[in-house]
Amino acid sequence: MTAPPIKVLVIDDEPPIRKLLRTGLSTQGYAILDAPNGKAGLALLDEKPDLIILDLGLPDIAGHDLLRAVRARDAQIPIVVLSSRDDEGGKVLALDLGADDYVTKPFGMDELLARMRAALRHRLQVEGERPLFRTGDLSVDLVRRLVKVGDGDVKLSPKEYDLLRLLVQHAGKVLTHKFLLGSLWDDHTDAQYLRVYVRQLRQKIEKDPEQPQYVLTETGVGYRMRAPDSPNAT
Amino acid sequence: MSRQQNADRQRPSPDALLNAAKHQDPRAGRLKIFVGAAPGVGKTYEMLVQAHARKRDGYDVVVGVAEAHGRKETEALLDGLEIIPRRQFAHRGQSLTEMDLDAALARRPQIILVDELAHTNAPGCRHPKRYLDVQELLDAGIDVYTTVNIQHIESLNDVIAQITHVRVRETVPDSIFDRADAVELVDLTPDDLIQRLKDGKVYVPDQAKRALDHFFSPANLTALRELALRRTADRVDEQLIAQMQARAIRGPWAAGERIIVCVDESPHGAGLVRYTKRLADRLHAPWTTLYVEGARTQQLDDKARDRVSDTLRLALSLDGEAVTIPAAASRIADDILGYAYASNATHVVVGKSDRSRWFELLHGSVVRDLCRRSGPISIHVIAGGELSTSPGAAKANRSDEATASFNPRPYLLAAVAVALALGASRVIEPRLGVENVDLVFLTAIVAIASKLGLGPSLFASVAASLCYNFFFLPPLYTFTIAEPTNLTAFGFFVLMAIVVSNIAARVRTQAVTAVSRARTTEALYAFSRKLAAVGSLDDVLWATAYQTAMMLSVRVVLLLPENGGIAIRAGYPPEDMLDEADLAAAKWAWSNDQTAGRGSNTLPGGKWLFSPMRTGRGAVGIIGIDRDKPGPMLTPDERRMFDALIDQAALAIERVHLVEDMDRAKRTLETDRLRAALLTSISHDLRTPLASILGAASTIRDLSKDLSDAQKSELLATVIDESDRLNRFIANLLDMTKLEAGAVVPNVAAQDLREIVGSTLRRAQKILAAHSVVLHLAPDLPMLNLDAVLFEQALFNLLDNAAKYSPPGGKIEMRAYKDGDRARLQILDEGPGIPQQDLENIFGKFYRARKRDNVRAGTGLGLAIARGFIEAMGGTIVAENRSDRAGACFIVTLPAAAQPLLDTKE
Repeated sequence: MTAPPIKVLVIDDEPPIRKLLRTGLSTQGYAILDAPNGKAGLALLDEKPDLIILDLGLPDIAGHDLLRAVRARDAQIPIVVLSSRDDEGGKVLALDLGADDYVTKPFGMDELLARMRAALRHRLQVEGERPLFRTGDLSVDLVRRLVKVGDGDVKLSPKEYDLLRLLVQHAGKVLTHKFLLGSLWDDHTDAQYLRVYVRQLRQKIEKDPEQPQYVLTETGVGYRMRAPDSPNAT
Repeated sequence: MSRQQNADRQRPSPDALLNAAKHQDPRAGRLKIFVGAAPGVGKTYEMLVQAHARKRDGYDVVVGVAEAHGRKETEALLDGLEIIPRRQFAHRGQSLTEMDLDAALARRPQIILVDELAHTNAPGCRHPKRYLDVQELLDAGIDVYTTVNIQHIESLNDVIAQITHVRVRETVPDSIFDRADAVELVDLTPDDLIQRLKDGKVYVPDQAKRALDHFFSPANLTALRELALRRTADRVDEQLIAQMQARAIRGPWAAGERIIVCVDESPHGAGLVRYTKRLADRLHAPWTTLYVEGARTQQLDDKARDRVSDTLRLALSLDGEAVTIPAAASRIADDILGYAYASNATHVVVGKSDRSRWFELLHGSVVRDLCRRSGPISIHVIAGGELSTSPGAAKANRSDEATASFNPRPYLLAAVAVALALGASRVIEPRLGVENVDLVFLTAIVAIASKLGLGPSLFASVAASLCYNFFFLPPLYTFTIAEPTNLTAFGFFVLMAIVVSNIAARVRTQAVTAVSRARTTEALYAFSRKLAAVGSLDDVLWATAYQTAMMLSVRVVLLLPENGGIAIRAGYPPEDMLDEADLAAAKWAWSNDQTAGRGSNTLPGGKWLFSPMRTGRGAVGIIGIDRDKPGPMLTPDERRMFDALIDQAALAIERVHLVEDMDRAKRTLETDRLRAALLTSISHDLRTPLASILGAASTIRDLSKDLSDAQKSELLATVIDESDRLNRFIANLLDMTKLEAGAVVPNVAAQDLREIVGSTLRRAQKILAAHSVVLHLAPDLPMLNLDAVLFEQALFNLLDNAAKYSPPGGKIEMRAYKDGDRARLQILDEGPGIPQQDLENIFGKFYRARKRDNVRAGTGLGLAIARGFIEAMGGTIVAENRSDRAGACFIVTLPAAAQPLLDTKE
């Protein structure tokens, strides 16, 4: 017996985008609810969607305010934000307000699906953390604190390991500078520290630290760990 | 008369038409003057009668000022007319009232009555003379009715003083009389006037009663009446002639006459100028007052120089021309005649010399030279005595000058030189004989003349003669001469001494004049070079203020137009405040394009003198000068230098303005060009990908059945690729717009260049798919102060550009290394390189390198954006060609951040 389909609430004022998402997502087995504005979107929260795709530029309610309102109703539901280009500040703010990830318009369907999967996976992980993470040649055993690239063990300093563990726990999801700094040090630490540790970490786990494959930079926003190879969360 | 001349006569004269047009200037008010031969003829009464008539006709008539002098009939006429309240002026504890010019201008009636045109205003008024108030009212477009007595007309001043033996100080220039649109003679026979005087109907101030009793003699009044009638008739005549000329009516008007009056520093100059004005009026000829500045000018004292400038100023106020020329020839007469011939003069007026015969023998007589050489030009020699206003005063002046200019030092030096010459003579006399002694003395005299001037050398000549006689001519040690041959020799010696003195002294004064002129010329030349070299307006202003202050020893301010008014822009010594009165004078000078302030005709009470700085295209600003020394601000010499300075400054200021205008025009042109390029670019770059997308998508929809799966996915790839391209183009347009709007505010933080390179490469994966990318990033690269997002975009554009021009399979290299306190990043491609002349142009907006077959057109914005972003972060970017092979090399230089002190060994 198959699980009931995952319900996705799309809040966007552009009919072509709603139509595209309805078509694209339903082929992947998602059930779609859509709303042309913030008010209608909030009303549809009663339908208990599993994930929300929220456009930040709505006609009636400012995107960030809507995000707050949603989070006030439901602290857990994954939210993927659709934002415009060149609005790194808006993206960071949305993430700080509790959005799980973002996609910049215009976007490809594969990109959106990946973001959605990462957001959903993280929600499931919160309930039962997977002990072994694997992507490409990199494997991280969170229980035994073992990091391997291929067959070789990688020796990390405690801070480097803490950074890697955070990234792995949210693999596929973007983590803001602020979140990482706040988790590893405190909110007021200079972002340079983070950059230096990311560089050191890359030198230890990446094949070509100049063109990293695992720890990816989201310029102006933060970092993202490549998604695991075999999603076993479904 | 030839036909040509005939035609000339019949054609309306352009000058006449212009004059007619000037009089018809609709904006200027019309002037009506009520002229009387003497006080008491009833001018004010007549003016008021006519004012009432105008008022009944519906005109807006107000009284600016009218003096009833207690006459009941006149006072009664003031009833029913609006009178502008007078303004109070405090002067030396007295309260004086004057017409309120500002109130009159603000009231703007159609007709204003201003009594007594020749009145002198109280100190503190804007203008020293009432006729200047009237001119301002006329310029403001208000009609003026005014009154004047004939003896106040400037050019008749001398004549009337001679007739009546009463000189009036208050005069009005003939120009305002001639400017009048209507002149009405208020006539009363002398008998009637004397009767009115006896009846007490003529207002006479008590203190002047006796003088005026003499003035009101029947003979005087008859003469004055005749003058008034004649002057008025002259005016009518002028109008008639002007009309005849304007309408090309043939008539016997005088043609081609031109008068030159020569003046010197003597007090007769003013009389000569007035005489010439009357002569010129009778002949309807233009006239010029000429001053020849020779060697003697240098020797004049300030008083004499002021007299020259007063005379020239008088000529200007009588509508003549005033010209100063330097003496070029050895005789002044030649200079005068040279100028007269050059300007086609027909008459030359000179004053009769009152110099002694002896002086004329030595220096020659200008009058005689003129008469001898004048050829077709008539020479008018005017007796000086007749013109002299008060000989006593002139004499007093002269003795003042003598005492003022006497300086004993040169004479002491001359005495010493003669004593030395005597000593030397005593030494050589026994050896060379007495006949050579005179040469020693002559040498001393030449030396004195060339060093100290004429006076001391004449003194030396006398002293030397006496010494020669006393010590060397027998009988020795007496002043008698025994032998006749010695007497002859002595006579020749004295003559030689005097002639040599004269020649040497003249050479000296010429040299002194030349040096002083050369110094002035040099200073002006240096100034003009300085002005030519400076570029900014502030530099020009400062140089002008400084130079004027230095050359004339004055304080200087410069005011330039600003927001509809004028404001101080520079000063030396630096000055940013003027008091209220001076600022008002400066503003008046600006809005009326005339000199104002201290010593001028407008607001003369101020501390500063303001002159407009003019070029051929109008005034560009106002220069104000101030000097602590009381009296006239500038001597004529200084005035000339000042004029030269401000002329040059005005040209320099205008030049700066013109350059700014040109720049603005160029920018406008550039903007237009860009706008055109933008439109082309948008229409082309937006439509091309859209056409591909639309075509591919519609093909898939409409022809789905006939397409293989491979064809379908190829079409779909086109849709996606072209959409990407469109997206990049729009992103570029947005970036460019933000740059242009100044909306790019870099969020700079210490960044790791390697990290940004990595993320950019990931983003550019698709466009770099056909190329191999080689990285050489030095391990010791410092952290850089960058906005990561902007820099990524800049780098993306550079990679996009490299990919576009490199052949498929080509290598794109990125090298980064530390260079002192900065880092350099090079992006090298294997394309054809950049033509040398385009290395800078490629960063311009919408610039595209020559399109090649296999290169897809870009937006022409990518590199402009890259440069804009990099420069916004404090970096630089330049393009070069690779030296090792064909290909372009872009070099980005970025400032390093302070390295964080990080302890990563926990």
